[in-house]
Amino acid sequence: MTSKTLTRMDLSEAVFREVGLSRNESAQLVEQVLLHMSDALVQGEQVKISSFGTFSVREKSARVGRNPKTGEEAPIPPRRVLTFRPSHLMKDRVATGNKA
Amino acid sequence: MIRSELIQKIADENPHLYQRDVERIVNTIFEEIIEAMADGDRVELRGFGAFSVKKRDARLGRNPRTGDAVEVEEKHVPFFKTGKLLRDRLNGHED
Repeated sequence: MTSKTLTRMDLSEAVFREVGLSRNESAQLVEQVLLHMSDALVQGEQVKISSFGTFSVREKSARVGRNPKTGEEAPIPPRRVLTFRPSHLMKDRVATGNKA
Repeated sequence: MIRSELIQKIADENPHLYQRDVERIVNTIFEEIIEAMADGDRVELRGFGAFSVKKRDARLGRNPRTGDAVEVEEKHVPFFKTGKLLRDRLNGHED
């Protein structure tokens, strides 16, 4: 199995094939979808896409980290991180599709 | 925000499109990502993040109720890594 990397271009190509808008407009729609999802997350909202998965924002408190290369201690400030929890459907399809 | 709210936002922004076409567009995007990962491919969306597939090796697990050892087969799981731009935006650094 040779694995490849898809990009925005492949997603807009799929939209182009499916709906028959221009390539340019298809690309804009892909961009709008990603932007609205990002904006909601930046507002601290959860983004829950049924049968795909859930993106949520978690608050991490400050801690003392370490530079793994030098061993030096470095403070890590409090920050917000994004986690993605795949739906059961996605997990099942990924597991089945990649079975040896 | 849920799928239907996302569809509504896109529909509001594109009044020249039929609602059902907006639904198809949004569904196509998510379906394409799942299909790619089911094929073992990676989906890289600069600024947003990357979806990839990680292999989990076979291991000896345990039935938590009985404590019996059970073989767990090798499997592949979806993985998402947040893009740099979105990670920065989450922490208040708007480019």
